[in-house]
Amino acid sequence: MLKTLSYDVVVIGGGPGGLAAAIAARERGAERVCIIERAEELGGILQQCIHNGFGLEVLGTDLPGPAYAQHFITRVYQAGVQTLLDTMVLEVTPQRVLYATNARDGILEIEAGAVVFSMGCRERTRGALAIPGTRPAGVYTAGTAQRLVNIEGYMPGRRFVILGSGDIGMIMARRLTLEGAQVERVLEIVPYLSGLKRNYVQCLQDFGIPLQLSHTVREIKGNKRVEAVVAVAVDERWQPIPGSEEVIPCDTLLLSVGLIPENELSRRLGIAMDPVTGGPIVDEGMGTSLSGFFAAGNVVHVYDLVDWVTMAGEVAGRSAAAYALGMAPASVYRLRVVAGDNVRYVVPHLFHPESLAQGPQQLQLRVREPIEEKVQVILEADGVEIWRKTERYVRPGEMVTVKLMPDLYDRLKPASTLTVSVRKPR
Amino acid sequence: MTDKASLICITCPMGCRLDVTVEGDKVVSVEGQACKRGLAYAQDEITDPRRVVTTTVRVVNGRHPLLPVYTERPFPKHQIFPLLQELRRVTVMAPVRAGQVILANALGTGINVLASRDMPLREEPCVS
Ligand SMILES: Cc1cc2nc3c(=O)[nH]c(=O)nc-3n(C[C@H](O)[C@H](O)[C@H](O)COP(=O)(O)OP(=O)(O)OC[C@H]3O[C@@H](n4cnc5c(N)ncnc54)[C@H](O)[C@@H]3O)c2cc1C
Ligand code: SF4
Repeated sequence: MLKTLSYDVVVIGGGPGGLAAAIAARERGAERVCIIERAEELGGILQQCIHNGFGLEVLGTDLPGPAYAQHFITRVYQAGVQTLLDTMVLEVTPQRVLYATNARDGILEIEAGAVVFSMGCRERTRGALAIPGTRPAGVYTAGTAQRLVNIEGYMPGRRFVILGSGDIGMIMARRLTLEGAQVERVLEIVPYLSGLKRNYVQCLQDFGIPLQLSHTVREIKGNKRVEAVVAVAVDERWQPIPGSEEVIPCDTLLLSVGLIPENELSRRLGIAMDPVTGGPIVDEGMGTSLSGFFAAGNVVHVYDLVDWVTMAGEVAGRSAAAYALGMAPASVYRLRVVAGDNVRYVVPHLFHPESLAQGPQQLQLRVREPIEEKVQVILEADGVEIWRKTERYVRPGEMVTVKLMPDLYDRLKPASTLTVSVRKPR
Repeated sequence: MTDKASLICITCPMGCRLDVTVEGDKVVSVEGQACKRGLAYAQDEITDPRRVVTTTVRVVNGRHPLLPVYTERPFPKHQIFPLLQELRRVTVMAPVRAGQVILANALGTGINVLASRDMPLREEPCVS
């Protein structure tokens, strides 16, 4: 017998995005809200991010990842949100029927008034890189190593090389050093740091761990176990520079080469995706192309701060509740938001000018190239400049936020595109 | 004797570059901070550098074998490794509540080490 359940709002994934969406959906008036989480507990990736640096924006204090998660987990239960833990969502239909499985119930059939996707993101792996050489044991993604060290209490090696200067890689460099391992080097293929400067200071510089920019791993050596990697300098087109090879003895290589939104379920549903972000195309309410489906957190694009995941989750949760209760504004006219000069992508992709009646709205963007001097962020409606602001610098690793104020309504209403560009002042 | 130092403020993710002028171990001027916390950071970083330390301790009968912990305030940087040594000797019993003191007055600094999260008993449902 198939067990059947029914909720107003079903949230898939219990990380910070899902937790915030569930709380906001309850606060917006949805009675029956349920989080489905495949792990045995809520909190998502934060449970393994034991370092501090979370919560300054949203909670006004600097907390470790698990403490930040704990705050929202406690609120989720206080708000009367239901949870299905150890339960994996397998399939979702456009009619908002979900199929999920767990050891207690076998297969569950769940009807939802609205669905929030908050499955987070996953790490790129070696497959995405194609490093030649043998395939010995001792190659891990930084996040896998993080889980082993911080949750399971297992050290995956003694002597490490880390490929990629993303935040997770730098944070693991420090963590492994604190646990007594030797981190030989962090290698980064692009000529700039891909994570935050503060992590360079407190994770690498503090412990004298060398960082080499414009370098990559050319080859992995070793038969059963990694014995060394061959590092090499690269030119602007990422081509190895002959003669620059260096053999670095080590027993473990960690890959910290980027995150991709986890969107198997949404993709199978035929939801429109943005090839640049790897996430669904969304509007300012985090609604996707399929009505009744919303997206919260790193499924949309990879945020640099969990605080912003929480804020985006709240937006998605409110929209989902409004939809489930039949209170969503009828889909009115909307603008296309376009990535202009030096902008890799902008979220949301679609914008209803009417939303400005509810208050200021946000655009978030990433640049293509770093500019280490004053730059202008410029908005154009159908090619006519309507607004600009100055930033002290822009870096691909640091998201830029634009607050759209309600007084822009009159300029946006008649337009069909809103273009965002980042340019040096002339 | 005045010296110049260039620091990155690590107090928040902005990571402002601070240009600091120092006389002996006294900071005479700081430039580049986007907020006043940058001033305090520069002063501390020159005279008494500190970091929040996060690590894990062993836990018995918990849902996981390790409990994440953190220093409630930034901890003197030169004592980080001795602190870790001390915490390797600590084992706690589940259940643990978030914020519980795991090591009081660590190394006589007056700073407590706290549990980052609840750690329920093994098998206990995750309801706080
Ligand atoms: C290894 C790693 C380390 C990171 N470290 C940091 C960091 O230090 N600082 C930082 O700001 N950000 C970090 N991030 C980014 C991080 O993902 C986000 O900041 C934050 O956790 C995103 O929240 P989320 O709710 O979108 O996703 P997550 O926290 O990833 O939560 C998604 C949840 O969905 C569940 N799930 C997925 N698919 C299903 C399914 N089909 N059925 C049921 N449940 C499902 C997962 O089990 C998970 O609990 C890291 C990411 C990774 C992968
Ligand atoms: S000076 Fe202020 S804004 Fe700049 S990094 Fe420090 S705390 Fe952040």
